[in-house]
Amino acid sequence: MADVLAFLERREGRLGANAREVMSVAARLAGGSGGSAHALLLGAPGASTEAAELGRFGAAIVSVGEHEALADYHPDAYAAVLADRVREGGPQGAYGAVLFSASVLGRDLAPRVAALLDVPLATDATGVEIVDGRVRVVRPIYSGKAFATLEMDAAPALVSLRPNAFTPTETAAAGELRTFSPEVDPSSWRVRLIERKQAAASEVDVAEASVIVSGGRGMKDPSHWDLLEKLRDALGPGVALGASRAVVDAGWRPHSEQVGQTGKTVAPKLYFAVGISGAIQHLAGMRTAKTIVAINRDADAPIFAVANYGVVGDLFEILPRLTEEIAALKAGS
Amino acid sequence: MQIIVCLKRVPDTETRIRVDSSGTRVDSTGVKWVVSPYDEYALELALRAKEGAGAGEVALVSFGDASAQEVLRKGLAMGADSAVLLTGEPTMDGLATAKTLAAELKDSPAPLVLFGVRAADDDQQQVGPMFAVLTGRACVTGVASFSVQGDVVTCEREVERGSEVIEVRLPAVLTVTKGEHEPRLASLKGIMAAKKKPLVEKPAVAHPARVQLKALAEPPPRPAGRVVGQGADAVPELVRLLREEAKAI
Repeated sequence: MADVLAFLERREGRLGANAREVMSVAARLAGGSGGSAHALLLGAPGASTEAAELGRFGAAIVSVGEHEALADYHPDAYAAVLADRVREGGPQGAYGAVLFSASVLGRDLAPRVAALLDVPLATDATGVEIVDGRVRVVRPIYSGKAFATLEMDAAPALVSLRPNAFTPTETAAAGELRTFSPEVDPSSWRVRLIERKQAAASEVDVAEASVIVSGGRGMKDPSHWDLLEKLRDALGPGVALGASRAVVDAGWRPHSEQVGQTGKTVAPKLYFAVGISGAIQHLAGMRTAKTIVAINRDADAPIFAVANYGVVGDLFEILPRLTEEIAALKAGS
Repeated sequence: MQIIVCLKRVPDTETRIRVDSSGTRVDSTGVKWVVSPYDEYALELALRAKEGAGAGEVALVSFGDASAQEVLRKGLAMGADSAVLLTGEPTMDGLATAKTLAAELKDSPAPLVLFGVRAADDDQQQVGPMFAVLTGRACVTGVASFSVQGDVVTCEREVERGSEVIEVRLPAVLTVTKGEHEPRLASLKGIMAAKKKPLVEKPAVAHPARVQLKALAEPPPRPAGRVVGQGADAVPELVRLLREEAKAI
């Protein structure tokens, strides 16, 4: 019997995109081991108003820590409050597991909490279960060239979950909302956010997007990226641009868009590889995409070996036609 | 100012990874080993900080078996001043690794310790911030560039959909991501000089791993690739398949 705690991220005043996934996994793990699933959110006063929907994803208790100084993520403050809550445990004592999203925030926060609590952490899991009271995790290593099955010998075990790797499940239950006021002392902070430089509001990060349109050397020139942007816009919201290492190294695109072993490992529902030959370190980063489309002039390019659907030919003819057909389809549906 | 950079020896990112017959180890046959790429970015930023200040020292630390000497020699050839190899076997328990490094460095006066944002083998992305907590240092993760003024470091940090400017007070840990500065190549002079630089080898303080590796597997094979057709004329069929078969649009 063990309760499971899900730490849920807020972003720009709303629940993070992966909150439902993390909550649903917590509910599944808790249900399987006879415990209950709890949600924890931190934010400014009023943050609890967004938390109500979490009951639908299996949270028996939704705890919201409210403090003016927690409006934005602060690593030391969030880690300290979270570690305190985990130490307190749930109604059945120590938590069996504490789950995070493997977002930028989760990757920053979870190791700090693990060190504060002196418990191990498995990051970026694509599978997690509790077997005989122990947390068992499957996670990609070598950026997805191999998968490791790990067993964690600690209570709680901390696990962060790869975005898009789990499916949210709704239940009929309604969670009980509890707010609390943690003590936070900003005067002790050694880290300070000075400025946030945001990309365009419509853009989704490549690591979290459900659809990715990626370009490589075959695009020939950075000015041709408008063709990929048009395809992205035609596909609708939630679509991100990606890039191969070659075009990032050439300075055509920012590193934040790079997919592959020295960039991001992604698991979207749909991945377009346009003018990308498919180097081994790129394939490692995107091979868990559900559906892969490749457009390339070279019929022998390795990308065609992993593409569910390949089109061989001149991308400068194929892309505009594809954008047109998809736009027509979306307009008609 | 002394800057410590932690380096890990990993398989080159172009290497195909095969699991050996034990089912828990990577087959090292034909594997080319390199400094983990993000650690190299960290070293490049450390060397630039030292050069910019016109003074200081860059010290390397690695935790691994004796073969990790080669990545330390490479780092010395790039321009680092000294190196320590903690011999032992890192596990999948990042906290145990962080404790091993903390045991070595807890009394170090170095104000700045750099890690790669993640190692290119385990991808755990956790040892840097754990080490920071264990040694009472502040920590910023995913740093693309930084500058030091007095006891404040200003960092450009990569986040979803943009970047942040973060100020952190020393002593601090930064985990470094790819930025605009490519790691330098070691010059012949650097390689010769590296042979005379101090490289100390000593046994690591081992901490029991609470994460056990049960199995390693190669990724599930994808269905064989399928070419829908040639050129723009294949687009209607592609769109039909995406909609009706893959249900992806």
